[in-house]
Amino acid sequence: MTTPYPQQGPHPQGAYDSPIPVRAAHLGDALASEWTKIRSVRSTLWTLGVMIVLMFGIGLLSAVAVSAASPEPPEESVLSLGFFGVLLGSICVITLGVMTVASEYGTGMIRTTLTACPSRARVLTAKALVFFLLVFVITTVTAAIVGALQTAIADAGVSSGEDWFRATVGAGLFVALLGLLSLGVGALIRHSAGAITIMIGVVLLPLVLALFMFSESLREVQEFLLEYSIPSQLGVLYDTPVTGQGPSGWEPLWIMAGLAGAALAAAYLALDRRDV
Amino acid sequence: MIEAIGLTKRYGAKTAVYDLSFQVRPGAVTGFLGPNGSGKSTTMRMVLGLDQPTSGHVTIGGHPFRKLPNAPRQVGALLDAKAVHGGRSARNHLLSLAQLSGIPARRVDEVLGVVGLQDVARRRSKGFSLGMGQRLGIAAALLGDPQVLLFDEPVNGLDPEGILWVRNLMKQLAAEGRTVFVSSHLMSEMALTADHLIVIGRGQLLADMSVKDFIAHNSAGFARVRTPQTEPQQREKLSAVLTEAGGRVMPEPDGALRVTGLALPAISDLAHGADVRLWELSPHQASLEEAYMRMTQAAVDFRSTDDRKAGLMQQPAPGYDPSAAVTASEVPQQGWYAPPPPGRNPYASTPPGGAPTGRDPHPDTPPAAAPAPAAPAPAGPPAPAAAPADPTESSTEDAR
Repeated sequence: MTTPYPQQGPHPQGAYDSPIPVRAAHLGDALASEWTKIRSVRSTLWTLGVMIVLMFGIGLLSAVAVSAASPEPPEESVLSLGFFGVLLGSICVITLGVMTVASEYGTGMIRTTLTACPSRARVLTAKALVFFLLVFVITTVTAAIVGALQTAIADAGVSSGEDWFRATVGAGLFVALLGLLSLGVGALIRHSAGAITIMIGVVLLPLVLALFMFSESLREVQEFLLEYSIPSQLGVLYDTPVTGQGPSGWEPLWIMAGLAGAALAAAYLALDRRDV
Repeated sequence: MIEAIGLTKRYGAKTAVYDLSFQVRPGAVTGFLGPNGSGKSTTMRMVLGLDQPTSGHVTIGGHPFRKLPNAPRQVGALLDAKAVHGGRSARNHLLSLAQLSGIPARRVDEVLGVVGLQDVARRRSKGFSLGMGQRLGIAAALLGDPQVLLFDEPVNGLDPEGILWVRNLMKQLAAEGRTVFVSSHLMSEMALTADHLIVIGRGQLLADMSVKDFIAHNSAGFARVRTPQTEPQQREKLSAVLTEAGGRVMPEPDGALRVTGLALPAISDLAHGADVRLWELSPHQASLEEAYMRMTQAAVDFRSTDDRKAGLMQQPAPGYDPSAAVTASEVPQQGWYAPPPPGRNPYASTPPGGAPTGRDPHPDTPPAAAPAPAAPAPAGPPAPAAAPADPTESSTEDAR
């Protein structure tokens, strides 16, 4: 061990020297640790497994339905059929994002973790990175395979390169960012069920509320909710926006990145200040 | 070396730890004792930087934990055996901690062997018994081969073999020159393991001394004196004489007297002078357990009482109840109950007037030296001593 009491000289009385070489831990170590954690619990397998099943099942069924209903190739890009699968799959990602942090609080594991690594920011960064990359890769790859199968089943024309890019990488990024938002909320709420409920409310409530806003005075609020609700923003990536206005192109990604960044910033602050 | 200075932690209106200062030195097992809810775990969490003290500070090797370079290689801790994700296998749990600390993965298998969990290493820790959980927690603490080790109730749930193992492990770790800080509420266990004791009650320091000193200071021995049972007046006479001479006398249920504050020869001389015959005069040394109980009895937050099933039983007919007045002032013959400091006697049937309530929590001085709050008349405040003069006393004796 390097000198634990530098002010007292190299061998203070009674000190113990470990024969195991000491090296300073860094973010890479934390990443490896978080990867071990996320791959060694069943909730990861369940949530991501259900998401893949949902994306395949809904995507392929809708493609079959479309091709059976009309012999003509559909006007819209067939890739937009992947929308519902990804939307439902994102609920799984929300669950996993919350669980990644909140389960440590639920089990008390967080105390063990923070004793092994007093740098709380490093722990949260590693969690966020590992989770983000895992979800991004799984969603993008699944979306690409589902898209290819849909194109084959529906016998549609070739979609443009940008359509493909948005429906795979774009959707993957969007879902992963939504997951990061959940992870941040999970770190703030520190309670799995509570944080998951809040996040599902965030995803579904704006659309539901907008449906009941008949009053003329609420017209603007209704439009805002319709345009900026999370399902509508995901729809923009598939060129199927709910309304004509609102975000377009890649804008939903920036909005979601801003939200996730804000939640994570709050989570960093809270984790650093609060008792665990 | 762990050093706490003026450590205070408040949760809202409740003060969990108040102005706690102590040092834990390397090369010895330091026991951290206190009743449930006395602030042991809160203190441990503050040492590990998990909870921020409201005021004061605590350092390990001169640094606050969160500023410690290579913290996991310098400090290992078992806080709670259940602080693991139950869905993860023991090995993966330790592997994730090793990776986080920059410790080679082969060390994981090593510590699994040390704690004897190698056969269940790939099983999910959800199915572990409390004892296995403790072993897993100890493995996590040993992972970094650290200089400073903290264990919060490490023997909870362990079988006798496991308790012995932990005891020897603590001693061995300390012998290697490490700082070992072990909390427990089991005094008997600490008496066998620890070299030094830090005792807290209601979040405040009650004692910080070696085990030997602790026993010497706190386990006031007593003398058991028995007078001929056929002559109760002799017993009363002796009590009065002994009390006058500065001793404290408490009756035991079987008629013997428990005397503190007087040496055995002095008791014998006094008895001789008073012309009282003795059937028994024997020395008794209180154990460490008794000393600890006595020290912390005023600081116990959660006290169990007899299950009296009040209101569920038929009321006895109003009238003379021989058990009520007298037995309450007697001390049990067996068990931990050493003479309490004056004014703190929960057995006293009538609280003495002007009892010193704000008494120093350190009963360093033998009870006899404590200021006697009133004249040493038979009706004096040490209520038990007054009992023999109680007129109901003799009638109870007769009833027996």
